[in-house]
Amino acid sequence: MTEPNEAAVRAEARAWLEANWNAELGLAEWRGRLIDSGWGMPSWPKEWHGKGLPPAFDAVVAEEMRRVGAVGVARSGVRGLAAATLLEHGGDFHKAKFLRRILTGEDNWCQLFSEPGSGSDLAGALTRAELKDGRWVFNGQKVWTTSAHHADWGLLLARTDSNVPKHQGLSYFVLDMRQAGVEVHQLRQMNGHASFNQVFFTDAEAPAEHLVGEVGGGWAVATTTLMHERRGADGMRLWGAASERKGRIYDEERAEIATVNEPYKWYPQRAGRVDLVLERAKATGAIADPVVRQEIAKLLTLSKTAEWTARRARAAQAQGRPPGPEGSLGKLAASHVARAAARVHTAITGADAMLTGEDGPLDGVIAEILVSVPAVSIAGGTDEIQRNIIAERVLRMPKEPRSDDDRPFRDVPKNRLV
Amino acid sequence: MLRRFLQEKSPPAVVRRLMETDAGWERDAWIELNQQLGLTGVHIPEEYGGQGFGFVELGIVLEEMGRALLCAPYFSTTVLAATAIMNTGTRAQQEVLLPPIALGEVVATLAFTEPNGRWDASGIEMNATPGDAGKFRLDGIKSFVLDGHTADLIVVAARAPGSSGEDGLSLFTTPGGAAGLTRRALKALDPTRKLARLEFNGVEAELLGELGGAAGPLTKTLTQAAACLASEMVGGAERLRVSALDYANLRMQFGRPIASFQSMKHKQADMLVDVELAKSAAYAAASAAAEDDPELPAIASLAKACASEAYLQTAINTIQIHGGIGFTWDNDTHLWFKRAKSSEVFLGDPAWHRERMLQAWGV
Repeated sequence: MTEPNEAAVRAEARAWLEANWNAELGLAEWRGRLIDSGWGMPSWPKEWHGKGLPPAFDAVVAEEMRRVGAVGVARSGVRGLAAATLLEHGGDFHKAKFLRRILTGEDNWCQLFSEPGSGSDLAGALTRAELKDGRWVFNGQKVWTTSAHHADWGLLLARTDSNVPKHQGLSYFVLDMRQAGVEVHQLRQMNGHASFNQVFFTDAEAPAEHLVGEVGGGWAVATTTLMHERRGADGMRLWGAASERKGRIYDEERAEIATVNEPYKWYPQRAGRVDLVLERAKATGAIADPVVRQEIAKLLTLSKTAEWTARRARAAQAQGRPPGPEGSLGKLAASHVARAAARVHTAITGADAMLTGEDGPLDGVIAEILVSVPAVSIAGGTDEIQRNIIAERVLRMPKEPRSDDDRPFRDVPKNRLV
Repeated sequence: MLRRFLQEKSPPAVVRRLMETDAGWERDAWIELNQQLGLTGVHIPEEYGGQGFGFVELGIVLEEMGRALLCAPYFSTTVLAATAIMNTGTRAQQEVLLPPIALGEVVATLAFTEPNGRWDASGIEMNATPGDAGKFRLDGIKSFVLDGHTADLIVVAARAPGSSGEDGLSLFTTPGGAAGLTRRALKALDPTRKLARLEFNGVEAELLGELGGAAGPLTKTLTQAAACLASEMVGGAERLRVSALDYANLRMQFGRPIASFQSMKHKQADMLVDVELAKSAAYAAASAAAEDDPELPAIASLAKACASEAYLQTAINTIQIHGGIGFTWDNDTHLWFKRAKSSEVFLGDPAWHRERMLQAWGV
């Protein structure tokens, strides 16, 4: 077989798109054709909806799609994580049953990892999975589950054995969310939004073949999901980028994106809204205050240098250089930016910072910044865990002494459930 | 390669020896530096005997010199004086002045600051009056002049009598040994970077570039120099960060390396963030200088402020991590700490640069 070259791939993708793309098709119908052609996921294997091309060509095909305004396969949110995980660790059964419906967007997915007793320490999950009469039965509780209330399927990490050290007793499952044993409750945050859920399992069930990987091999599978989650964190902003074009298919895509984005509508406020600082400072007159000017300048410096550092990391990646320390700092830097932004917004706003909703500045957006920022240094890995990761993996400092992985999980001290 | 060369030529023992001398540098070592690596001419165009590179390459050199705390008149000669001549001088003047600098034969500096301690062009009070044969007479005092007591050639900023602000400013050149010039080394807090006070009493000087037109070129020179200083500071900060990490890994207390304590690990992670963000700022400033980006004034000020604070904070943390030995004379940390402290102020402190950054962005 000859090596594919960019020009040939581009020409082939372009020809196929010119012959097949039609904005008046229904979203599902178009995606069906796209998936069958393999152009929806060019780097996936040919037997699973792909073209078997090297990953470098994904960008080439994406460029051709953008050129004609073609809608891509569905992979926003947990869908993409599910697809990547099942492609890597799933058997033919999983791939045949789930992959296509992920890509068409027919099924919604959620990730059932965190628990009330295990946040930073995911491998401490307590939710039990037991094999009874050839079916898996689940009991326990998950939390921080985005979109659980409209998910069809969940990626579930559960404990199958408490008599071995913690990481070895976990298994990974696909769980049908639409069943009586699964109860979803919204979790309200201090900013009033409810983006996450608590999920309760009372004898929830899954067929034996919904196990992904080996019994006891769940941690390795979960690590794949988490790796894709971290890698995708940068792309999250792009999710909101629905096309403004007219046509039936765009309307359907906009509705899909709106559903996926709904839980994230306060995320810009959580990040601190540095973009609002200058216009607000001019509007309130705080721009003339030398003390506030210094604080604004410090914030802009932090925000710019964080952006440049992310750019350095991307440039290193694009040139195939091994990731340097700059790649691991983004999350911590983003926390600094958000906190500094909340301080500056307060300094700019003055007494009005005590008001929210329609009485508050910008119809409550400033108040929402102030009460959303505390989440940024916790969600997706706390600043403390980030510092440990940087110290241990980048700076190669000694690992934290552990007292939980040298004994059966049943003997590890745990949170008392309240 | 440059890093290894400077490690060999400028180990702490050599830094300590040179910092105790009045000059603070040695001509033989300076000539060797230039003969072997051509460093003095890095950003000087090839037609004037330089290497013809730009500010990105100059930034890399400075980062390594900051790391090694090299005791040499590099910032004064190449960054300040050569850049000022390139920005201001006529073609004929550049043909005369730049090649000896590029060859390392002439050590030069830029004398712009005065006892008032202002870093902007408007702060210049020294008078230049027309003298004989198209030359000028300089009267006044310059202070905080880098290597001012040892430089062979001095580029001096002065103004027409009675002018103010950015009007009437010109640059002049005069030899270091000119009649009427009294040079005194100041007692610098950072002994690795020598400062001098220069008293001009009717010193004869030649005009550099256009009469009364120096405000723009001088400001540009100082902006480019701020970007360069950011690179130098980032190199020093990274050297300190690594030395603190090495020490934490070696030092045993309570039966384990102190690097295994979470308080140390978190501090090191924060130090990495400080240094890497400052590095990104310095690189952005070097690129902006290389491309003569219209945003350079804002980005250079951002980088100067950011790198100043990162350097000093890293130095403070490095002393802290070393514990008791960290504030002794024998430990090397104070050498970089003092450079961090003097660099924080040199060319304008962080608050001053932050304000300039906002103004450059039109805020």
